[in-house]
Amino acid sequence: MTMTQKILARAAGLPRVEAGQLIEAKLDLVLGNDITAPVAIREFAKTGVARVFDKDKVALVPDHFTPNKDIKAAEQCKILRSFACAQNITNFFDTGEVGVEHALLPERGLVGPGDVVIGADSHTCTYGALGAFSTGVGSTDMAAGMALGTAWFKVPSAMRFVLKNRFTDPWVSGKDVILHIIGLIGVDGALYQSMEYAGDGLNALTVDDRLCIANMAIEAGAKNGIFPVDQATRDFLKEVGRAQYTEFAADADASYTRTIEVDLATLRSTVAFPHLPSNTRLARDSGDVKIDQVVIGSCTNGRLSDMRVAARLLKGRHVAKGVRCIVIPATQKIYLQAMKEGLLEIFINAGAAVSTPTCGPCLGGHMGVLAKGERAMATTNRNFVGRMGHPESEVYLSNPAVAAATAITGRITDANELV
Amino acid sequence: MTAQGTVFRYGDNVDTDVIIPARYLTTSDPAELAAHCMEDIDQTFVKRVKKGDMIVADANFGCGSSREHAPIAIQAAGISCVIAKSFARIFYRNAINIGLPILECPEAAAAIQAGHTVSVDFDSGVITDKTTGKTFTAVAFPPFMKELIACGGLVEYVKAKRAGK
Repeated sequence: MTMTQKILARAAGLPRVEAGQLIEAKLDLVLGNDITAPVAIREFAKTGVARVFDKDKVALVPDHFTPNKDIKAAEQCKILRSFACAQNITNFFDTGEVGVEHALLPERGLVGPGDVVIGADSHTCTYGALGAFSTGVGSTDMAAGMALGTAWFKVPSAMRFVLKNRFTDPWVSGKDVILHIIGLIGVDGALYQSMEYAGDGLNALTVDDRLCIANMAIEAGAKNGIFPVDQATRDFLKEVGRAQYTEFAADADASYTRTIEVDLATLRSTVAFPHLPSNTRLARDSGDVKIDQVVIGSCTNGRLSDMRVAARLLKGRHVAKGVRCIVIPATQKIYLQAMKEGLLEIFINAGAAVSTPTCGPCLGGHMGVLAKGERAMATTNRNFVGRMGHPESEVYLSNPAVAAATAITGRITDANELV
Repeated sequence: MTAQGTVFRYGDNVDTDVIIPARYLTTSDPAELAAHCMEDIDQTFVKRVKKGDMIVADANFGCGSSREHAPIAIQAAGISCVIAKSFARIFYRNAINIGLPILECPEAAAAIQAGHTVSVDFDSGVITDKTTGKTFTAVAFPPFMKELIACGGLVEYVKAKRAGK
């Protein structure tokens, strides 16, 4: 069995499972945010179930339109707050504590190896970085998960990605691995499947790199992305105080629909052009594309390592005239650490705006919405039509180094051009 | 159960951001969501759509965000069925969970054009393009999903499961 299949088999109480089999698996965590949870809470009420299956295994993270952007957003958050209070939910994170959900939950030790996690947010697949099976679902699935503590799954087949060697370009990171892969296989290249990572290249990937890579599995249509557990994972879990977990590894004879090798040494900073994450080019081959706004943040690239990369480039430099640069540390912990390290001072001196944690601009919610005809370079995960604002605006996706370099020059720029 | 209506035709990778843009997600009211359905790729959709009409699209329909507001908006706009070459997996789950009929049928998706009148027999999975007279058969649902659909969606399934305990 693949790693995913082994986790699902245990959660379903079965000795083995096969691709295509429908199973009912026990859940270790059910997640929702301020967009999806209000619908889930409404549907939960319809089930007639009085209490959630486990008050410690439901996470409510109002991160999208928060701090409340308008009256309607405030009403949505109020639904979460009231439900959390009534159900005595342990893991409800209000403004002041909240961070972007997929950065926050790993940091809180709420997700770990062997866990089965569903979240009413498509980027729930992020936790595969830590050896969990985690996948995005809709609000009704979340409601049923809260009611029953189980969810139905079709056991996925898997594609295997063998990562070799290590990065040789100092500005290349996990984002380039996943953009390269999506560029290769397309936005439905892994439809309904797992993306399982293997190879000696894993040793060179930080946990932040892996979180970024697993985060965008959905952008290839995948059910989940998953990494083997190694010392880097264990060190991370120790740091965040997650003591109990079960490690799974794929069987040596596991079957894969396809194996793709990725040589990390040859990867260069990659940009996804509008309007699909698969529309990739190398940053250095992007031509003279003028940018109006840069966003550095999100569940994909709003972690401390991303802040550090951006600061390294922005230190002693200035955002180009006519460019708005918005930096959003993904959690309060990251924000505080960035402050202690002097990164926020660097951003502000460079002429960037620094925001409290929020998903905000990634989905055109608030804190950096685009006008007609404007272009953004963002470290986020989607560049669909209208994603960040006006339907005639454009979003380009990149790693934080390209984003910071682009903020400085005002056009798509490989960081190597500046350093 | 059968449905008949006029076809709205879209291409590959229709994502949930264009089905219902995030700027409208501060509500989950079906009627409010329906008023903005598809507006970023088809501003005339809301004005033209009539109850019973259908959406026919190519590959990976409903990709992107997990927002259930997308199938809710489509359903509330009056769409009786979405036929596509393939569906993104979260959209597929969501549609079944809320009772929006969807059919996977690459042949129908390739042949049916905008404005055609199409009828669907959900029991047999037979899709008939009344404009051309051609018929197609959709990929059958696995038994568990048939049970979910027969229950009337996931909430009803949960109720039935709890009652059975």
